Amino acid sequence: MDNLKDNDTKTIIKVDDLQTSFFTHKGEVKAVDGVHFDVPAGKTLGIVGESGSGKSITALSIMRLIEAPGRVKGGSITFNGEDLLAKSEAEMRRIRGNKISMIFQEPMTSLNPVYTIGDQIAESYQIHQGLSKKQALEKALGMLELVGIPSPKARLKAYPHELSGGMRQRAMIAIALACNPELLIADEPTTALDVTIQAQILGLVNDLQKDLGMSMLLITHDLGVVAETCDYVAVMYAGKIVEYADVNTLFANPKHPYTVGLLKSLPRHDIDQEELEVIRGMVPRPDDLPNGCRFAPRCPFAREMCVERLPDLEDQGDGNQVRCWIHTDQWDGPEVNVRDDYGYSESTQS
Amino acid sequence: MTTDILKVRNLKQYFPIKGGILGRKVNDVKAVDDISFEVKEGETLSIVGESGCGKSTTGRAILRLDEPTEGEVDFQGQDLLALSKKDMRRKRKDLQIIFQDPYASINPRQTVRQILSEAMEIQDVLPKDKREARIKELMKTVGLGEHQIDRFPHEFSGGQRQRIGIARALSVDPKMIICDESVSALDVSIQAQVLNLLKKLQRDYNLTYLFISHDLGVVRHISDRVLVMYLGKIVEIADKKSLFDNPKHPYTKTLLSAIPVPDPTKKKEQIVLKGDVPSPIDPPTGCRFHTRCPFATDKCVEEDPELRNNDSLMQDGHRAACHYIEEIESGEMKPNY
Repeated sequence: MDNLKDNDTKTIIKVDDLQTSFFTHKGEVKAVDGVHFDVPAGKTLGIVGESGSGKSITALSIMRLIEAPGRVKGGSITFNGEDLLAKSEAEMRRIRGNKISMIFQEPMTSLNPVYTIGDQIAESYQIHQGLSKKQALEKALGMLELVGIPSPKARLKAYPHELSGGMRQRAMIAIALACNPELLIADEPTTALDVTIQAQILGLVNDLQKDLGMSMLLITHDLGVVAETCDYVAVMYAGKIVEYADVNTLFANPKHPYTVGLLKSLPRHDIDQEELEVIRGMVPRPDDLPNGCRFAPRCPFAREMCVERLPDLEDQGDGNQVRCWIHTDQWDGPEVNVRDDYGYSESTQS
Repeated sequence: MTTDILKVRNLKQYFPIKGGILGRKVNDVKAVDDISFEVKEGETLSIVGESGCGKSTTGRAILRLDEPTEGEVDFQGQDLLALSKKDMRRKRKDLQIIFQDPYASINPRQTVRQILSEAMEIQDVLPKDKREARIKELMKTVGLGEHQIDRFPHEFSGGQRQRIGIARALSVDPKMIICDESVSALDVSIQAQVLNLLKKLQRDYNLTYLFISHDLGVVRHISDRVLVMYLGKIVEIADKKSLFDNPKHPYTKTLLSAIPVPDPTKKKEQIVLKGDVPSPIDPPTGCRFHTRCPFATDKCVEEDPELRNNDSLMQDGHRAACHYIEEIESGEMKPNY
């Protein structure tokens, strides 16, 4: 297994201490609060988390698509050695859809309903490569073939509403990959699709990634999708990364109580489970975050130190990084094995 | 020993498509096309399938939220389709539904107290002076606090709102609840809480569930038996264990293999289907899965297969609608991808 710290792996994008906040009339809402990660060239990093964890805002921050009242407040985003946060809007426009592309959850709302699929793919070539409309359309046809759309010639002239959900997502992918981006950001790309179509789209994205050698940042809530497509995984909770590891380590040996809880609460179709373990309570409101560890109010192991002080994301020496006091020398409680001991002592129903 | 609480016979639900300048009916969407099944008292039967397979339509047709085109729905020995609208409304006391979206299925202008007492009022389940106590008890049962009784839906999270929906269904003491994608909109950690709650309520009140879902993980967790639908037809029905361990219909096999497993060491053989689900307006002839099935022959194009059991290959009660169960099992027929 490649280690992330491996020196000969080139890093395509490095996110350092990213802070994105929304300034509402109720005060500052810290959606992303000090997130660090990097994506090695040709690899896929999955960011997994539940609603409100800040995973999508992280993606939008990289694309510089945060709109008022939101703002990237601090940190740096280095793409191929250049700081994206220092770019002007005009420079960003040259990067978006060219060097970094993004696909979204709902293709119907991200495709333009009044332009044909062909026009929308061709647009990328016209803008970024200065091709004529005719040349661009020819290239667009090639892209439709690449993403496996049947009778691509006819589909060039089709409007988004004439395609099924799976076909629309293929068209989105064609647009995103048109200019051969170095980084593809996929935000819940298969969440709106049925499982048999999801399998088609994930297979397609995996194949294209290998063929084109691009890196990928996959945002998802689905741990199954993560296990099947990612090389590395960052688990986010309430604006912070709580655990980071390569995919095999994360699933074989999860260390953060939240990651463990998430895996245990997932109903599986491939094994029998009597009662599901739960994570008690709910995600804290982003305008009212706990001072200490953000998971402390829901954590079955939480002690006073967890409520009072926020732990750092610390290297565990095995490629794992965990933000939890249990895995530090400072832990003042009894010895715990997070995976075996996970659970709440009293009734978990409420 | 166990009796059937619900028997569905030859249920059809066609939605007319109007067209032309006169607005005449030009065709039908055959959302549910001649399905029959039973639900036993106290069990959970799940209906699974992809969007457009007719699973939600089936649930709505049983409750007559949409009037079915044809068929028989026998609930506790009474044909629901023969009841007057008024009697049907009364009957819904015993047969409740919990919807997918707790944001859309609860009146935003009513407090929890109003929501729950309205249900009891309509079905006249308790004398007025006892309702308050019952509401508090219900809230406790579903894991909400008594102090939240005068709050509005927007003051609750998605998971809590779904609990309000569950409390509303429970408030009239139903015998059976249809859960239509009731946990699909919830995050994993909250989904597990609600699933555990549904299981507990079933044990405590001897409830019967018809559980409609597209998520096979959830279905495996909650069901006793599972029914798989494709384009308005039942393709397979079996005990949970039999269905997950020994699926016989090629569609069921595909569906199971398509779900990503949260374990990167399990490299499984994935069957990836070509193409999309065909339109239910003009569904394929014969077996409706033949356009995507890797085993399809001419016979599949012409003849609609019946649900059947082969007792040497399948457990009692396990039935699949495929002409070639035996040939596929023996390896005599090879998939053609």
